[in-house]
Amino acid sequence: MTNSLKWSKLYLFFVFVLLYLPILYLVYFSFNEGGTMNEFTSFTLEHYSNVLQDQRLIQIVIHTLLVALISSTVATIIGTLGAIGIHFVKSSQLKEALLNANNILLVSPDVIIGSSFLLLFTLVGYQLGYMSVILSHIAFSIPIVVLMVLPNLEELNQSMIKAAEDLGANRWQVLSQVILPNITAGIFSGFFMAFTYSLDDFAVTFFVTGNGFTTLSVEIYSRARQGISLEINALSTLLFIASLLLVFGYYYISQYSRQMHKKKKAVTGK
Amino acid sequence: MRKNNSEVSVQKQDTLLMFPYVMWIVLFVLAPIFLLVYQSLLNVDGAFTFENILRYFTSVTYLSMTFQSFLYAGLITLVTLIISYPAAYILTKTEHKELWRMLLILPTWINILLKAYAFIGILSQSGIVNRFLDFIGIGRQQILFTNFSFLLVASYIELPFMMMPIMNAISEIDPSLIQASHDLGANTWATIRKVILPLSMNGVRSGVQAVFIPSLSLFMLTRLIGGNRVITLGTAIEQHFLVTQNWGMGSTIGIILIVLMFIVIKLTSNKKARRGVSND
Amino acid sequence: MKKVVQLILVILALILLLLGMDRYMTQSSSHSAEGTLTIYNWGDYIDPSLITAFEKETGLQVIYETFDSNEAMYTKVQQGGTAYDIVIPSEYMIERMIDEDLLYKLDDSKIEGMDHLIEDFRELPFDPGNQYSVPYFWGTLGIIYNDKMIAPDEITSWEDLWKPEYQNNLLLIDGAREIVGLTLQNLGYSLNSKNPTELKEAKDKMSTLAPNVKAIVADEIKMYMIQEEAPIAVTFSGEAADMMTENEHLHYVLPKEGSNLWFDNMVIPKNAQNLEGAYAFISFMLRPENATLNAEYIGYSSPNQTAIEHYLDKEIVNDEQFYPPLDNIKNLEVYENLGQEFIEVYNDLFLEFKMN
Repeated sequence: MTNSLKWSKLYLFFVFVLLYLPILYLVYFSFNEGGTMNEFTSFTLEHYSNVLQDQRLIQIVIHTLLVALISSTVATIIGTLGAIGIHFVKSSQLKEALLNANNILLVSPDVIIGSSFLLLFTLVGYQLGYMSVILSHIAFSIPIVVLMVLPNLEELNQSMIKAAEDLGANRWQVLSQVILPNITAGIFSGFFMAFTYSLDDFAVTFFVTGNGFTTLSVEIYSRARQGISLEINALSTLLFIASLLLVFGYYYISQYSRQMHKKKKAVTGK
Repeated sequence: MRKNNSEVSVQKQDTLLMFPYVMWIVLFVLAPIFLLVYQSLLNVDGAFTFENILRYFTSVTYLSMTFQSFLYAGLITLVTLIISYPAAYILTKTEHKELWRMLLILPTWINILLKAYAFIGILSQSGIVNRFLDFIGIGRQQILFTNFSFLLVASYIELPFMMMPIMNAISEIDPSLIQASHDLGANTWATIRKVILPLSMNGVRSGVQAVFIPSLSLFMLTRLIGGNRVITLGTAIEQHFLVTQNWGMGSTIGIILIVLMFIVIKLTSNKKARRGVSND
Repeated sequence: MKKVVQLILVILALILLLLGMDRYMTQSSSHSAEGTLTIYNWGDYIDPSLITAFEKETGLQVIYETFDSNEAMYTKVQQGGTAYDIVIPSEYMIERMIDEDLLYKLDDSKIEGMDHLIEDFRELPFDPGNQYSVPYFWGTLGIIYNDKMIAPDEITSWEDLWKPEYQNNLLLIDGAREIVGLTLQNLGYSLNSKNPTELKEAKDKMSTLAPNVKAIVADEIKMYMIQEEAPIAVTFSGEAADMMTENEHLHYVLPKEGSNLWFDNMVIPKNAQNLEGAYAFISFMLRPENATLNAEYIGYSSPNQTAIEHYLDKEIVNDEQFYPPLDNIKNLEVYENLGQEFIEVYNDLFLEFKMN
């Protein structure tokens, strides 16, 4: 048992090394005096000071994060409700049709999504800018949320819902007391996936943006022809560290509050 | 079980809650699909035609691309599944599950293009992998532009999308079921095979869809890492939308891709129904 | 449920924080601007100090948007969601945009400094007399090799790419026009050929190149060559200049059969909002001092004769690989807009080449 535990720890270690290796590589070269990610010549913080002086870049980062946060939150809400709806649809044909419709945007390459959204926006005469970008990001993030939430719903114990109803719970109570608490893992995954989709997207954003609004992905891709400077590495490093801090901070706060909660319960229980 | 389900659904089908989702389907799924179908029936001069679809089905190039797309999407899915399942299982046993979950997703927040560039640096002739191979006496190998490197990097990108739903599914399993299995004398392997695996199938299916479907239309990595040695339908669509600007042909391939995806999902969900019955 | 509420609170707090930062930055950057000028350009394709100087001089606030390919840019401009005042596309796209009436015909009296431009560039087939566009940068297509693996003078022509000893040694740029074009030139034809027999011949010739090709890549070709992943690559002169500053073993060759002459020019789209500002920007960029700063920052060849003669580093300007003598300009062909039918023919040829 201890032996297999050791092996499993080693395996996990290997997987996480693989996941973080390219990122450490980027971080390492963000301190490179030479201009490329090839040979490390000597240590410098020059790229970092460049980032901090580049007002335009910083504003792009802010816009990118805003779009990602807003769109993934809205997509998670709509997607979760949609998944609950799909789960309770009784006709299996309708259910299948909904699921198929759900997956269409997942399989469509970004250029197709981007260009058809652009056509859509211009057809109805919608002004391109931050709103069209946010709307598009919500649109392409919804299906991944549904995909993440559905399996948790399928595991949901039907008798629990029945019991709640028998006890006189109304719809809202069933939703908030029974269904939602049991699918939080799926909701969280959905939210983070949607956030990832939003941050990574280049093609859709490119087509539907306008009037000076840009996201980081669009900026990075359009720099590719000139060669992406290590300034972008430095920026990514900063963002990476910030999100690490956020993740750990969030985790410890929630751990702490859980412990407090437990203590309180223990006290009142006595 | 099934009866119960439909009974509940009659009461619970709350159209108001689903309204935004349905609106989304109408505005951002059906409307674009309509545009896509419309465009696919136009030639470059804007006249009505079936020539695009004929061109697809009579072209060896497109058909072999379709085959390659499915082959590689399948391989990527398989590789990520094989790596993810054990990792997800072990992760659910660890103490700080929530923290690991977030650490899993964190690498996906770095721009894909940058990560691909990092892989170029790692796998290149003068990269760390080759330096290591040189050091241990194997000698430098051509790693980039091979099917292996393409699979490796694509699987890397897709890995969290497979791992998350599986992790969720395993951690939702009622611990008492596992305990019961142990009490009945099943060893760890038997428990995994007979209890955990069947009960986490929903998560696996979710992960397979989240990886397989987008992998069908991968295009950037095929060029960056694969050096255009693997050409998928995603590349063709990209070409038609951006280089030749023949949106009609691009839309046609897009629709074919969507139809093929429906067929694949249909096939896999049939299996699921059968398995679901046998599990009940 | 409680966790969900917690998460929502965290997100809301973050959104508010970011909105506040955005507000603060917008306020501090828009220093009583008298108007805006929207520029649409390739990413990182202008010396940022020039934008600051231009803003200071004119009081205009510059909005700088970026694109990553001519075709994607074209779609955006044609759909007209945003009014761009200055766009910097490549020559074949300019020709197409002129044909489709997307560009504003320039009023020469409003532009200062057209006489600084190289004479030969004023009468090019895609825009004779620079009625619609003003050259920004230019260059050629050629071969870059690494002298660790390839001896000097081993490669002088397109034909050399076909040498059997280079099996699995070439990196090609992922562009149908470029690869079909260089094959046509190698066969002694025009790279704008629409002659079926010539194209058939090119197709056969291309298929014999396949064994030498290691990979077909795009912008990342720069990274690959610097890291010495392959000894030989086909690339644009501007990219080559960048690679050579990063790796001293690399050398650029302008093939003797001839090459493509490419341009990125400044144009004003029809729906521009700030015409005066656009003219001011073009004149600003034509000033030899500014053209010099920009050429030094980007590393591409400048079309500004005065800058070349008086300001730019002599060593660079005298390098015939990057500033080739223009008296045999016939050797250097500019892409023409092929029209939809032949764009597809070229692309199908290239796609088949890639598939085998």
